[in-house]
Amino acid sequence: MIEALLLLAGLVAVFTTLSIVWILVTEALPFFRRVPLGDFLTDTMWTPLFAEPRYGILPLLAGTLVTTAVALTVAIPAGTIIAIHLSEFASRRLREVVKPALEMLGAVPTVVYGYFALAIVTPFLQKLIPGLPGFNMLSAGLVIGIMIVPYVASVSEDAMRAVPTHMREGSYAMGATRLQTALRVVVPGALSGMAAAYILGISRAVGETMVVAVAAGLQPNLTWDPTESAATITSFIVQVTLGDLPHDSIGYQSIFAAGLVLLIVTLAFNVAGFLLARRFREAY
Amino acid sequence: MLTSAVKARVSGLGFWYGNVRALHGLDMEIRDRKVTALIGPSGCGKSTFLRCFNRMHDLTPHTRYEGSIRLYPDDIDLVAKAVDPIEVRMRIGMVFQKPNPFPKSIFENVAYGLRVRGARSRALIEEQVEKALRDAALWDEVKDRLHGPGLSLSGGQQQRLCIARALATDPEMLLFDEPTSALDPIATARIEELITALRERVTVLIVTHNMQQAARVSDFTAFMYLGELVEFDATSKLFTNPGRKATEDYITGRYG
Repeated sequence: MIEALLLLAGLVAVFTTLSIVWILVTEALPFFRRVPLGDFLTDTMWTPLFAEPRYGILPLLAGTLVTTAVALTVAIPAGTIIAIHLSEFASRRLREVVKPALEMLGAVPTVVYGYFALAIVTPFLQKLIPGLPGFNMLSAGLVIGIMIVPYVASVSEDAMRAVPTHMREGSYAMGATRLQTALRVVVPGALSGMAAAYILGISRAVGETMVVAVAAGLQPNLTWDPTESAATITSFIVQVTLGDLPHDSIGYQSIFAAGLVLLIVTLAFNVAGFLLARRFREAY
Repeated sequence: MLTSAVKARVSGLGFWYGNVRALHGLDMEIRDRKVTALIGPSGCGKSTFLRCFNRMHDLTPHTRYEGSIRLYPDDIDLVAKAVDPIEVRMRIGMVFQKPNPFPKSIFENVAYGLRVRGARSRALIEEQVEKALRDAALWDEVKDRLHGPGLSLSGGQQQRLCIARALATDPEMLLFDEPTSALDPIATARIEELITALRERVTVLIVTHNMQQAARVSDFTAFMYLGELVEFDATSKLFTNPGRKATEDYITGRYG
């Protein structure tokens, strides 16, 4: 009886995942019946709501990848440095204060981060970069980066702390400094866990919606320049669901195609991360 | 045998973990290029004593040394505050209870100490690595897979890798902290052979809970109990004709 209940509880997660995939695929099918897959993947315009609609996913995909890349250039170095400090240098008291504070940063609603980007980061960046538009991917990406630092730092730190003490002792006994031990022994030993942390960060950045919807602008724009304004896959989906498109229109169906792409991108990163983690797994 | 020079002189050595006193005024001499064994029941302070020699205790907060360990011929006090623990560890190598190779290749494990010391020359590093692996009797087993992971070796090979790692930087003294307690009898025998051979070139201090091991590999033995040095003598004398009742009780297995 208990076992059956537990099994049921476990299956909820599997069932939910399968349902999401099922809905995305079945709802995207009518879209692909009207839009050839080739056009979808190669067309450089995404204007499903215009009188002469074009359905090229590339502009949205570019927006997602650019904001994600900007976010990672902040989150990976900052998260890794914070993790190394907390795990290898900080006193226990400092760690006990900083780690909960860091985790609290991860609990701030993302819409707040969106306004932080729009109201504080963008005006600041405009002073540094003259002519920067009010909506831009740079500001949104930077703030997403700040937002995912706690995830990257916290998971990386756990991975580093899991490296056994006797391995550190071996390094100290060779005359290594704290920094040498951290960089040459602890980090290599924690690499698989750190890869998992980075993948978690990437998935969060790819899927982040509110910050880009608020701060990056909503015009699909095929560009790799982060100082421009552009829509991402997620911000497009929000825009359409908030509008009043009829549910059987192709514009409405297009969000499922976009959602499917989003799912595939995150899945690809997760698989890559899994393979990477396995490649670097160390058994102590 | 007793004529060898003094490599280190321990005088009035005490050690504190916070308010707990772990070592009480130890005095002894470590002879150059001899093997000195530290024996005694669990918790007697033998590992604590060993770890004073390379200042490993400095990594634990709230610890304190008293007295001195003077290393010769330079006559520096290993436990003096003014002496940098990193400099001490550069000169005195250590092999631990559990083999602890780094998550790196076999080659990089042995090269670690050289790289930490800033060695750049590839040729020099390769030469030292090969020499250290030969000295640790591991070369023939690993020469075809130097770039394979150190953690893929068997337990005994891992421990010899750790010995090679410690030897690569030409230490003056090697500390062994129960180096065979995690190994099977065959691997243990090989490590013991190795320790005996190392005596030619380096001063060895070994902690062991295995009295037969102490009798087999060491020239001198110190028996410790409750943080004090009970008896210190030539191994052959201490095991056949101990001077103290407590030593006799321990080596005849009456306690410990």
